[in-house]
Amino acid sequence: MAVIKVQRPKLNFGEKIYFGALIKGFCLTMKHAIKSLLHKSAGADSLASSGLGVTMQFPEQRWDDHLPEYYRGAPALVTDEQGRERCVSCQLCEFICPPKAIRIVPSEIPSDDPWAKVEKRPKEFDIDMIRCIYCGMCEEVCPEQAIFLRKDYLITGLKRADMVHDKKKLYEIGGVRTGLVNKWNELK
Amino acid sequence: MPDLLFQLAIIVVKIVVLTFCVVLPLVPISVYFERRFCAVIQDRVGPNRTGIPLTLLGFKKDFHFFGLIQPMADGVKLFLKEDFTPNYVRKAFYWLAPALTVAPALITVCVVPFGSPITLFGHTEKLVIADLDVGPLFVFAVSSLTVYGITLAGWSSNSKYPFIGGVRSTAQMISYEIALGLSIIPVLMYFGELNLGRIVQHQADHGWLLLPLWQNGTLGLPDVQTALFWIPAFIAFLIFTISIFAETNRMPFDLPECETELVGGYHTEYSSMKFALFFMGEYAAMVIGSALIVTLFLGGWSLGFGLDPLIAKLHIGGFHFGGLIHLGIFVAKLLAFILFFILVRWTVPRFRYDQLMKLGWVIFFEAALINVFLAALIIAAPELTAAIIGIGAVLLIAVTAAIIWVAKVSEEHPKPLRV
Repeated sequence: MAVIKVQRPKLNFGEKIYFGALIKGFCLTMKHAIKSLLHKSAGADSLASSGLGVTMQFPEQRWDDHLPEYYRGAPALVTDEQGRERCVSCQLCEFICPPKAIRIVPSEIPSDDPWAKVEKRPKEFDIDMIRCIYCGMCEEVCPEQAIFLRKDYLITGLKRADMVHDKKKLYEIGGVRTGLVNKWNELK
Repeated sequence: MPDLLFQLAIIVVKIVVLTFCVVLPLVPISVYFERRFCAVIQDRVGPNRTGIPLTLLGFKKDFHFFGLIQPMADGVKLFLKEDFTPNYVRKAFYWLAPALTVAPALITVCVVPFGSPITLFGHTEKLVIADLDVGPLFVFAVSSLTVYGITLAGWSSNSKYPFIGGVRSTAQMISYEIALGLSIIPVLMYFGELNLGRIVQHQADHGWLLLPLWQNGTLGLPDVQTALFWIPAFIAFLIFTISIFAETNRMPFDLPECETELVGGYHTEYSSMKFALFFMGEYAAMVIGSALIVTLFLGGWSLGFGLDPLIAKLHIGGFHFGGLIHLGIFVAKLLAFILFFILVRWTVPRFRYDQLMKLGWVIFFEAALINVFLAALIIAAPELTAAIIGIGAVLLIAVTAAIIWVAKVSEEHPKPLRV
C-alpha cells in the first residue's frame, strides 16, 4: 500500500473570523431556551418533565413509576407467607457486606416454637444506611432469600441513629414475599 | 443658606434612591436572572423554590414567587458564614481589596442619566446624580480603579493562584481599557458632546445611534450622512460591548477567575461577605457597563419612535411624572442587555490568554483607531470637496490593508527545520 498523504483541511475565511460560529452558538442556546420554555425540549416527554426543560420537580413529582425492575434501593428483610422470618442469621450477608454496614446478633429459636426446627433467627439485625452502598451483594449471597433490595430510595434522618435500620424497620420495609424457598414448609 | 441645604437634600435623596433603590437591587436581580436563564438554556429549571415560608406560620401554601427571594437567601448565607482571614495574608490590602472592587462600580452610577427631568411643585430636577460635562471620561477614570481591587486581592492573598489571577486581570483590564476608550471616540464626535444626559436627549429627538429612524418626532428614513454613520457606530458598538465584557471579567474573558486553571482566581482566599463583595462588584460592573452601552448606543431612557415628547408631557397637576416612565424604560433596557450578557456567558467558551491579548491589541486597538478616522471622514464629508473625500477614502483603505497585512505577516510561524 502506498502512503496516501492527506492534506489537513485549511480553515476558510468564515471559519477564521469566528463570528459566524458565535451567531450559530447564540441561535443554539436561544433555541434550547425557547424550547425548554415551551416544554418541547428533547426528551421532555419521556423524562416526564415538569414543563420547564427536562427536569422533574422532585417532592411533587416522583420517579417511582419509572423505576426499572432492577433498581436497587434500601435493603430489607422479608417474611414468608406463613409469617416466618426467613432470615436464619447465618451472617453471610454481614461478612460479604463491602462497607460493613450490616450487624447481626443471632439467637436460638426456643424449642416450643412452631418453627423450632429452623433453629436460629436474628435477635438484632441492623443495617447502617449511612454505610450501605446499595451494591446488592447481601441479596445475592443470601441462601434463604431473606434479604432483598427494595425500591425505597428516600432514606433520611435527622440523627445518625435515625439512619440505622433495626430489625423492625427492615421487616416493615420488606413485607411479605411468597414462594421461592419452601424447604421449611410442613407440606413439602 | 436654606437653598444650599435644599440642594444638598436633593442630592442625598438622589443618591439614596438611584444608587440604593435602583442600581443595587439590580445586582441580586441579575444574579437571579443569571441562574434562571442559564438553567433554561440548559433545559433545567433553576432556583424556583425559595420564597416566603408561609407554611411555618400556619398557612396552607408557601409563597414561592418564582424563587425571587433566592439571591436574598444567598446573601444571608454569606453573611452568616465564617469570615476567615488566612494567616499569611497582607491584612490591610486583603481587607481593602473587596471594597476597591465594589466602590468604583457604584461611584460610576452618578453620571448615568436614568430618565428625563421630573417637575414637582414647579421645581424641575434631572434624574441624574451628578450632571457632569465629562460623563464617559469620568466613568472610565473611576471604573478603571476596579483593577486595583482585583490586583490587590491577588497579591495580598499571598497565594499562587490568586496571584496569577491578579496579574492576568491587570494585563487584561489595562489592554481593553484602550480599545474601550478609542471605540467611543466616533460616538462622542457624532454627538459633539460629553454630557451623557444631553447625549440621550439628542438620541430621543433624532433617533438612537443604532436605530436612527425618526427625526424630531416623525418617523422616516435618515439622511445619507446619518445612514453612513451607522457603519462606524456599529463597529464602535461591537468593540465597546466586547471590551465591556473584558472589563467586567465576564465569561468569554473571565481569565482572572477561571475555575479550571486557577481554582477560584483572585478571590480564592476570600470567604463570607468579602467574597460576596467581589461577586457584587462583578455584577455591579456588569450593570453599569450595560447602562453605559444603553446610554451611548441604544437611546438611554428614551422609548424612541418619536414618543418621548408625549411621555415627557404627561402630568397630574404640577407633577410631571414622565421621567419615572423613562426610568422604567431605562431599567427594562438595562435588564434586556443584562440578559444578553448572560446569554453570551452561557454560549461562548473562554478564550485562551494569548488569544485574548491578541484580540485586544492586534484587532480591537487597530479597528477602533481606523474607525475613528472613518467616522471623522463621514462627519466631515458635507464640508469637503469630492476630491478630498476620495483621497481620504483611498488613504483609509490603504492603511487598513497595510495593517491587515502586517497582522497577517506577524502571525506567520517560522518554518520547521525538517519537513
